[in-house]
Amino acid sequence: MNLYAVKAIYTFEMARAWRTVAQSIVSPVISTSLYFIVFGAAIGSRISQIEGVSYGAFIVPGLVMLSLLTQSVMNASFGIYFPKFTGTIFEVLSAPVSVGEILLGYVGAAASKSIILGAIILLTAGLFVPLRIAHPFWMVAFLLLTATSFSLFGFILGVWADGFEKLQIVPLLIITPLTFLGGSFYSIKVLPPFWQTVSLFNPVVYLVSGFRWSFYEISDVSVGISLAMTAVFLTACLVIIWWIFKTGYKLKS
Amino acid sequence: MESILSVSNLSKTYASGFKALKGINLEIRKGEILALLGPNGAGKTTLISIICGIVNAGEGTVTVAGHDIRKDFRVTRAMIGLVPQELTTDAFETVWATVNFSRGLFGLPANPEHVTRVLKDLSLWEKKDSKIRTLSGGMKRRVLIAKALAHEPQILFLDEPTAGVDVQLRQDMWNIVRRLREAGVTIILTTHYIEEAEEMADRIGIINHGELILVEDKHELMRKLGKKQLTLHLHDRLEEMPASLSAYRLERTNGGNDLVYTYDTQSERTGITALLRDLNDAGIRFKDLQTKQSSLEDIFVNLVKRPQ
Ligand SMILES: Nc1ncnc2c1ncn2[C@@H]1O[C@H](COP(=O)(O)OP(=O)(O)OP(=O)(O)O)[C@@H](O)[C@H]1O
Ligand SMILES: [Mg+2]
Repeated sequence: MNLYAVKAIYTFEMARAWRTVAQSIVSPVISTSLYFIVFGAAIGSRISQIEGVSYGAFIVPGLVMLSLLTQSVMNASFGIYFPKFTGTIFEVLSAPVSVGEILLGYVGAAASKSIILGAIILLTAGLFVPLRIAHPFWMVAFLLLTATSFSLFGFILGVWADGFEKLQIVPLLIITPLTFLGGSFYSIKVLPPFWQTVSLFNPVVYLVSGFRWSFYEISDVSVGISLAMTAVFLTACLVIIWWIFKTGYKLKS
Repeated sequence: MESILSVSNLSKTYASGFKALKGINLEIRKGEILALLGPNGAGKTTLISIICGIVNAGEGTVTVAGHDIRKDFRVTRAMIGLVPQELTTDAFETVWATVNFSRGLFGLPANPEHVTRVLKDLSLWEKKDSKIRTLSGGMKRRVLIAKALAHEPQILFLDEPTAGVDVQLRQDMWNIVRRLREAGVTIILTTHYIEEAEEMADRIGIINHGELILVEDKHELMRKLGKKQLTLHLHDRLEEMPASLSAYRLERTNGGNDLVYTYDTQSERTGITALLRDLNDAGIRFKDLQTKQSSLEDIFVNLVKRPQ
């Protein structure tokens, strides 16, 4: 195991985050606060409690997920897309590193960043509503699993994208809508039965539901299914990445 | 001599269907400087990129110190340093950070003394805290060389290291190459400045249309393929070539004031004595003469011009 290489890539990626600290931390914090003001205060005051939880508190797990998903995807996709775009990727390709080590470096850094961000958002949320975390262990587990899987997904996106548009379009047109429709701001139980069934095809439903369960012990789908779905998604991403490096897809001609 | 890098039957067809390498066989000896020459698009960069792991190999095998570049990539890549043809550097990193990054990436623990020495050798020390994007093109080239030397490679590939580089850096670079060679590093370089290859290399390889046309010891190559020319500056202008001299295939240049005789350095008899006697018989007198050895450039141009 080339630990020096993992450390080099990881540190490099984390340093990049510090250079763009405003973009990677300040802006999500501001937008979360805005969500609280708009959804929590303005709309929430008209919505009664959901399954015994105030609306403001109810949306906290969804809001964390929203940032976690988009930031994981954006961080990880940019991290690999940029060296591909500028050509500096040649150095990583010519280095004595395995796929696993490359992933630990790039995806590990992207996931770390979004976990730090998730923590910051939780703290910010704590300023607006009282927080209660029933299962801290599972809360952290969901956070880690989600950050890792979606960073892996972002990595795939970054390898696949051959222009900045594609890089931005996926988080914007796929991840964000899926998160909004995935029960971040409502329980899917309030939907008509048909739309409930449609929602079950949205992977984000499982993440948000499991994550919310770790806070308030209320969930749309059972926790076991949530975990299983996350594990399936994570495995699928790993398989695709393994294939990418085996064939050199879009990385080597 | 011991071979450190061995390429056998290496072919490469790009996804576009273009055949960039056609059955390359090449043995690189430990500690030598090999210059790869070839016109644009000949396949030099492709060959180097395959050896370094940047481009997928087609058919054929490459081994470095006996290790297969695919199976034992950890061993082979750790031994190799590459200065790519394109100036691809990070923009926002400092010189110091990027060179240390390279060392770590290649699996070595930090060694500030080594990195300091490399930066000083390349006259980059004053720039160590500068962001790379603020450096000039030549300086960026130095940074790429420093990155390639950060992990103390045993084999160094320099893909057109002197393209767009000023005289000072070119001399610095050749001094570094000489020092590395003295330290036992094997160096493979490509260049379009053939005088450079002539000056620096131990052996010359010529690639054209994806084929390695020849690999030869430099002196051997110059001796074998080199021609010599004898130029005679005549006393009086020569209007017409006397028939008695036709066998020598002399050239009239400088408006008939000079005669040029081309001969093969390899043959037993150069024919000079006979020529001079025949000139005397024909009553042609000369006031001065000079001989010139053809350069590697002439040899190169002749080789790649050859019809396929
Ligand atoms: N990714 C690619 N896809 C398709 N063809 C390619 C690719 N890369 C290189 N080629 C082609 O392969 C041939 C060899 O290219 P290569 O870069 O190896 O040449 P070179 O000898 O290094 O030339 P130069 O002196 O210009 O650097 C060229 O015709 C080039 O167009
Ligand atoms: Mg080239």
